[in-house]
Amino acid sequence: MPSKRTDILLCCGSECVSAGSLKIKAKLLEELKKQDIAEEVNIIETGCMGPCDSGPVMMVYPEGIFYRNISIDDVSELVEEHLIKGRPLTRLMMRDINDKVFTKVKEIPFYKKQIKVALENCGYIDPEKIEEYIAFGGYEAIGKILIENSPQETIDIVSKSGLRGRGGAGYPTGEKWQFCYDQQSEEKYVICNADEGDPGSFIDRSILEGDPHRVLEGMMLAAYAIGAKKGYFYIRAEYPLAICRIKKAISLAYEYGLLGKNIFETEFCFEAEVRTGAGAFVCGEETALIASIEGRRGFPNSKPPYPAKSGLWTSPTVVNNVETLANFSAIFNKGAEWFASMGTESSKGTKVFALSGDVKNTGLVEVPMGVTMRELVYEIGGGIPDGKSFKAVQLGGPSGGCLTSDHLDTKIDYESLKAVGTMLGSGGVIVMNEDNCMVNLAKFFLEFSLEESCGKCTPCRVGLKQMYEIMERITSGAGKQGDIEELEQLGKNICELSLCGLGQSAPNPVLSTIRYFRHEYESHINEKNCPTKVCSHLMHYLIDTDKCNGCGLCSIKCPVDCIPGNREEKYNINQEDCVKCGNCMEACPESAINKISGIGFIPEDDSDSIYG
Amino acid sequence: MKTLDDLRKIRKKAQQEMKLRESNNRIKIVISMGTSGIAMGAREVMKAILDEVSNRNLTDVLVTQTGEKGLSSMEPVIDVIEEGKQTVTYGNITTEKARKIIAEHIVNGKVVNDFVITVQS
Amino acid sequence: MYEKIFNKYSPEKENLIYILHDIQDANPQNFISEDAVQKVSEYLKISISHIYGVLTFYSMYSTKPRGKNVIRLCEAPPCFLKGSERILKNLCKILNVKVGGTTSDGLFTVELCACLGICGNAPVMMINEDVYGDLTDEKVEKIITEIKGRA
Repeated sequence: MPSKRTDILLCCGSECVSAGSLKIKAKLLEELKKQDIAEEVNIIETGCMGPCDSGPVMMVYPEGIFYRNISIDDVSELVEEHLIKGRPLTRLMMRDINDKVFTKVKEIPFYKKQIKVALENCGYIDPEKIEEYIAFGGYEAIGKILIENSPQETIDIVSKSGLRGRGGAGYPTGEKWQFCYDQQSEEKYVICNADEGDPGSFIDRSILEGDPHRVLEGMMLAAYAIGAKKGYFYIRAEYPLAICRIKKAISLAYEYGLLGKNIFETEFCFEAEVRTGAGAFVCGEETALIASIEGRRGFPNSKPPYPAKSGLWTSPTVVNNVETLANFSAIFNKGAEWFASMGTESSKGTKVFALSGDVKNTGLVEVPMGVTMRELVYEIGGGIPDGKSFKAVQLGGPSGGCLTSDHLDTKIDYESLKAVGTMLGSGGVIVMNEDNCMVNLAKFFLEFSLEESCGKCTPCRVGLKQMYEIMERITSGAGKQGDIEELEQLGKNICELSLCGLGQSAPNPVLSTIRYFRHEYESHINEKNCPTKVCSHLMHYLIDTDKCNGCGLCSIKCPVDCIPGNREEKYNINQEDCVKCGNCMEACPESAINKISGIGFIPEDDSDSIYG
Repeated sequence: MKTLDDLRKIRKKAQQEMKLRESNNRIKIVISMGTSGIAMGAREVMKAILDEVSNRNLTDVLVTQTGEKGLSSMEPVIDVIEEGKQTVTYGNITTEKARKIIAEHIVNGKVVNDFVITVQS
Repeated sequence: MYEKIFNKYSPEKENLIYILHDIQDANPQNFISEDAVQKVSEYLKISISHIYGVLTFYSMYSTKPRGKNVIRLCEAPPCFLKGSERILKNLCKILNVKVGGTTSDGLFTVELCACLGICGNAPVMMINEDVYGDLTDEKVEKIITEIKGRA
């Protein structure tokens, strides 16, 4: 018997037989014969393989690929794709054969590299039951600190831990507390900043919804350290569930005597309250947030004075982000040394990231500072779906910048990211695949900042509009020489001159895409060509006349009647009239219509026009 | 609550109560009810589960909620927790899948492999 | 009708945002009328212009009548990457409205909004306080039909 190149182990256990495995075998033999490879493939009937509820199942060697739920109709595709073309059929594959069939304990890669500190209880406890938080060690930290440590010692512990603010700027938390503690004032406040508006970030929402008591305990610790008697949670109105959960947590804490007067029979008295926004991104900026709590428009103020000196109602105020607050109880329970042992030299501890966009596993992950982008996107995130390739990630939303495949091994911490022109931001990681036009995306981020600009200072209000108009021009095919340089100059000025963080960082997406994808800008401007065929003015649709069967569906669907033709001569798109709606491509039963980069015709020469 | 001792007493009691064998519950079904889960239909899943539990008169099954586990792309996510056994996490649950899990896993003790994301002790 | 809301809050300027939220929620047409602004001005003893300054600053308030159900489709980049543009086009088509418009039966208003923070399930939308993720054209149609059925 000649040796065969492939062995197919077909499960013929009773469950698989009743699910039709013998019929599969007959069909397999038939298909193999049809493709003339029956001699090369060995079909072996086996006993029960285990995952009976996925039957019929089979294993293909030498690759060791496990297929499940095979139906008669799948067989010809399976033979054609896997056995002839060598492309295993992913849709029928069992994700992880070893785990499913044999092992008792399994860890999917999503969880493998994660260390949960801020997210410790999220997804494990009932957030509406204070007892469950207490059962997991809740309120122990505040109890112990109140009894055993002075406020100064409390601040020292946080300083020693090396924790830096998780909201975006990364200011050392201990220093912020110390500064506020040093202010002489009767009234001081703690504010929890839960106005998480960065597109791509949903960390604060998840923590507030999943473990509200942890955030409340964090706020109490901050309040004790700086000497505040009152705290506010400022939560954006788009998060009704988070608002509801934290309100419930506060009322339960009052019931248990954890809020109010003389907590744990000490001098410490503390009240907490929830305030909500009404839809304004700029309110995530701390001075704008304070204005909003005071019942005003969310206009930012120039700093200094910092809120730690003059904040809410001009009293010293510490504004900490949700994730920052969620780290405190663990730092006090497990020690500053423990926290500082994780992460890198300048960025200690763990950070939560929100994965979204073109990545297989979207969601929240918490990893030690200093992991690489590759680990985050490929190992934890599971890579790019649909067989596409990685193009870039946008970090820090509209305030951050992009990283390319050259940066996949860059460590994720405050300094390393700054060095490559982006920022950690609030932890939003938007993954983009090869299909995305970076110019168009940068325009999109800029549009976001432009719309959310409060309008108080000129560089941001007017400058962003100017930048946006240039971007609009470039993506619509009217880009000019010098546009890139003008964008760079404007961007630099806006960053330097704007009043608050919104304006200071709004040009970043444009600046960083120019830095790493300059060729895309150039091709939009010089060749009037969008390489990824996204910008509708710089691409066109073309009918492949070899494939066109002359059915005329495209012509019927065309809203501007620009596809003339008939059954014999086939159809053709009149490029100058086409509005790029894409209806024709969707309508074509033969997939004969393709997107092609470039505008597809020579425009009339308008160099004499008075509008340059 | 006045003192740290009071807190620790509450903790001990809560820990006891969370153990299934101390209660009359054999099995606990935990549904991820963050906004992400709800956006993907966790409320309907919860309803379907409660419905099955009451129709089948399963008096030893506790149905409860939690926040997000982080796996947005696999929401709605539910955990099945049994004393002395590994916790099974199911993902991408629909009302039909939830009913199947009740019938096969909760009633007959057979894990529905197709919907499993992870099994942990 | 405003007394009930005013009774919940002391007449302090800092309560303006919450009073406006409550007034808007209590209005079946989901907006804040001139009359309401007048009453708030009297209650809080602040100028009408100050109230309009606040009212028009925040995107969640409306000074024009809106539908019974306000649909807020997320237009932030993660949703954009996942095809929110197409969802919007279809949504406007099945409701026969433009962005910002209200259906002739007064049931729906379609709005765009900044990130809703459910990016792992993009594209997403919020109808009043309910969120819907992983939207497809079919799913959107189903949701709309369901709400119409309830009306």
